Amino acid sequence: MATVAIEQPPRPRGADTARGAKRVALVIVGLAFFWGIWEAYRWIGERLGITWPFPVNETTMPHIHEMLSALTEPLQPGGPTLLHYEWHWALFTGKEALVGFVLGGVIGFALAVLLAHSRILRRGLLPYIVISQTVPILAVAPMVVLGLGTKGVEPWIAVSVIAAYLTFFPVAMNTLRGLLSPDPRSLELMRSYAASRNDVLWKLRLPASLPFVFSALKISATASVIGAIIGETPASIQDGLGGAIVNFNQYYSTAPTRLWATNIVCAALGLAFFAAVLIAERLVLRRAPENVA
Amino acid sequence: MTETRPAVSIKGLSKSFKTGVTALTGIDLEVRPQEFISLIGPSGCGKSTLLRIIGDLIEPSEGIVEVNGKPAHRARLDHDYGIVFQEAVLYDWRTVSKNIALPLELLKWSREKRAARVRELLELVELEGFEDNHPWQLSGGMQQRVAIARALSFDPALLLMDEPFGALDEMTRERLNLELLRIWDASGSTIVFVTHSIPEAVFLSTRVVVMSARPGRIAGIVEVDLPQPRTGRTREEPRFFELVTDVRERLAAGGADIVSAEAE
Repeated sequence: MATVAIEQPPRPRGADTARGAKRVALVIVGLAFFWGIWEAYRWIGERLGITWPFPVNETTMPHIHEMLSALTEPLQPGGPTLLHYEWHWALFTGKEALVGFVLGGVIGFALAVLLAHSRILRRGLLPYIVISQTVPILAVAPMVVLGLGTKGVEPWIAVSVIAAYLTFFPVAMNTLRGLLSPDPRSLELMRSYAASRNDVLWKLRLPASLPFVFSALKISATASVIGAIIGETPASIQDGLGGAIVNFNQYYSTAPTRLWATNIVCAALGLAFFAAVLIAERLVLRRAPENVA
Repeated sequence: MTETRPAVSIKGLSKSFKTGVTALTGIDLEVRPQEFISLIGPSGCGKSTLLRIIGDLIEPSEGIVEVNGKPAHRARLDHDYGIVFQEAVLYDWRTVSKNIALPLELLKWSREKRAARVRELLELVELEGFEDNHPWQLSGGMQQRVAIARALSFDPALLLMDEPFGALDEMTRERLNLELLRIWDASGSTIVFVTHSIPEAVFLSTRVVVMSARPGRIAGIVEVDLPQPRTGRTREEPRFFELVTDVRERLAAGGADIVSAEAE
């Protein structure tokens, strides 16, 4: 326990806004910097005729402004813009990812609580949980889609299950670590009160595990989006970002900017998930700064 | 004081660990109600182990331990004692108020009763105005006062303290010593206090139990006949120095290396 005596005065509201503005500015500077690097590499690469690790040209490295403007152009002549489609694909994939994230989070959390209570279960189950993550998701995905398909489950739910498969593991591992994190003295204190197992779980282990849980949820947030995108491929789902990536891949040589634009949308979706967890963490964990992972 | 049943009664107690180390042997001790008793000795004399056995946090290998006339295990289940460790062991996601109220929540006290009791305790340990602070916003001495308030919250007859001021600086420690005596007087509880500071033991206690190491045993008991209530002046009285010398000599006779005992 830290024994530093600091009376922290409440921070004035203005300081928070100023910090927020500084952060936004930093993000913009970072994006501009990345943009500059990309364009500079392409400019130099084309002039010098760089061919390693790949030849630099219009197809391999489209201008970033062209990727963005591809979003505003119609996908078919006279039809809606690419952005219109991307929005609907993102909503669809986002739905799959969200259901997978919640499902995986709940399963991972429950598993951790179970494992925290029994050393025998930890010894017995943990290796299989670890092995489950060493199997390539591309091998598991078709089995899940086909297996659930024969049970009459809608394909997008099968994709959610694949997302959950990627999500539950970090949640289970980190939550378990968090539940086992209280020091012996904290447990001894509970014992001195003759506290029940349930009391120890609710009053000590769970609150102590929350910073660990949120660390895991941040990893899982982006993993669930990746899981949903990858899961759409074997499920042959055309309504989401994964399906779009497969399609645009086939036409890459003629329209590379569409694939790149879709990649940007995928990244934005992952960021949105991450940001949602970050906000939830800020709201739930109001404690010592060093304890916020 | 009509109460004659001992607050703590220990008969023929010994404790050996699985490693083969004998931590305690042949311990017999009776603590009278409302007594302030200190256990003092060099590191490895088993004083903290003895305290934990009284609290049923570890089991003795042999012997009988009774608290308030019941087996130690029953006494723990009945919430007969509160405990304070060297570290405050506060839960840092809880405010000062909620840390103090933790045992009361476990005892299923109503919200109103808890709030009223926490207010009393904040006044007792002089932490009014800090109820909504978090532990990491407090100094070490303030954290320890929260821990004391928490231990007293459900008004246990017995308070077990394991070097509670060992990690604090000398000035904070002397101030908290005086506060503890005031709290002891106000609450009417019995205190068993583990320390490695001879002046602290003499200043606080009605009796000092001197222990020696390897294996841990009681080397002697010093009755502290300094007048009550003790004040800042008590430390300057000749009798205080006589008693400090007495305890020191008994520690030496028990084979304790005084220097290492104080530097522990």
